[in-house]
Amino acid sequence: MAEYLLIIVSAIFVNNILLSQFLGICPFLGVSNKLSTATGMSGAVCFVITLATVVTFLVNKYLLLPFGLEFLQTIAFILVIAALVQTVEIILKKISPSLYQALGIFLPLITTNCAVLGVAITVVTKEFTFGGQAHLLGLGEATVYALATSLGYGLAMILFAGVRERLALNDVPKAFKGLPIALITVSIMAMAFLGFSGIV
Amino acid sequence: MSKLSLITKGFIKDNPTFVLVLGMCPTLATTTSAMNGLEMGLATMFVLILSNIAISLVAPVVPDKVHIPVYIVVIATFVTVLQLLMQAFVPSVYSTLGLFIPLIVVNCIVLGRAEAYANKHGVLDSALDGLGIGLGFTLSLTVIGIVREILGSGSVFGWKFLPGDGILAFVMAPGAFMVLGYLMVLFNKYLKKE
Repeated sequence: MAEYLLIIVSAIFVNNILLSQFLGICPFLGVSNKLSTATGMSGAVCFVITLATVVTFLVNKYLLLPFGLEFLQTIAFILVIAALVQTVEIILKKISPSLYQALGIFLPLITTNCAVLGVAITVVTKEFTFGGQAHLLGLGEATVYALATSLGYGLAMILFAGVRERLALNDVPKAFKGLPIALITVSIMAMAFLGFSGIV
Repeated sequence: MSKLSLITKGFIKDNPTFVLVLGMCPTLATTTSAMNGLEMGLATMFVLILSNIAISLVAPVVPDKVHIPVYIVVIATFVTVLQLLMQAFVPSVYSTLGLFIPLIVVNCIVLGRAEAYANKHGVLDSALDGLGIGLGFTLSLTVIGIVREILGSGSVFGWKFLPGDGILAFVMAPGAFMVLGYLMVLFNKYLKKE
């Protein structure tokens, strides 16, 4: 239980996927203009990251490793993710049109969101240290890690969208307009999140 | 467009980092020092040139409906080639850049050039386009790396010329966002053509 708690706190706050691992920055800067779109995107990312991590974890464990095909990891994972996103889109359209309406436009964008591939590769290659001994994650831990990471993504995204909505009302010097001021704002947020390092 | 301008357009006019704002993740994550930025830029350029060549060759026979998956597989193949080459010849660089080498697959610059350029131009032009955009990307990453390395550890390409430890924050995450933000301001102010 303590392990899971460590994973959750570390993935959401200490090693925040956006503010300290730099994964999924493009959509972060692209759709954080409005709070509502930011929330929609975070929801879609959360859903896809968790699902994709579970599927790629199983593909890696039961298909790639037994046949000695680890070198195909990158190709296999990106194909699995692309197929998964397509499937999710089709299923959502049929089962829950309202959710599809909310997430729909963001789903195709997620295939090329490096956060998804990044988390999928991280959980099968990186060794995590708990209580002094390092080991690769099991399926349960990998799922929790993926879920917590994507919650961290949502947290940073929604906080930033809130800041950015206020920012849009201010008079910003011309050369700073748009992305530059956004990046400088993210920098200050990242500094605040640095305060969490040392908790775990 | 002349061959020379194909190569030089990546520096300012179509600069992938400051004008097109593509491939932000490796730009921010791997520029902790000038050398790391340069290496990441070259790795991306390798994939960009080869995938542009391959895609300009296969584009005429790929059905329109499945072109994106086909392009992604082509790109992923070259990324795997790059991963294996780097593991064999420069393992230390491979372990420094880590996750961001496989993530070249989802770098929007590579897919972006395939979609915007390579699928409707000849092999030579596409290769030069890959070279030009790749050089622009490498240049931006190196510049960001140089600034972060000077501020963060008082050195350039490992050559230390300032006493003391430097400001640690510039090597860490906040510095990445801040340096990129301010460089973008300077770029907008002095270099961008309206």
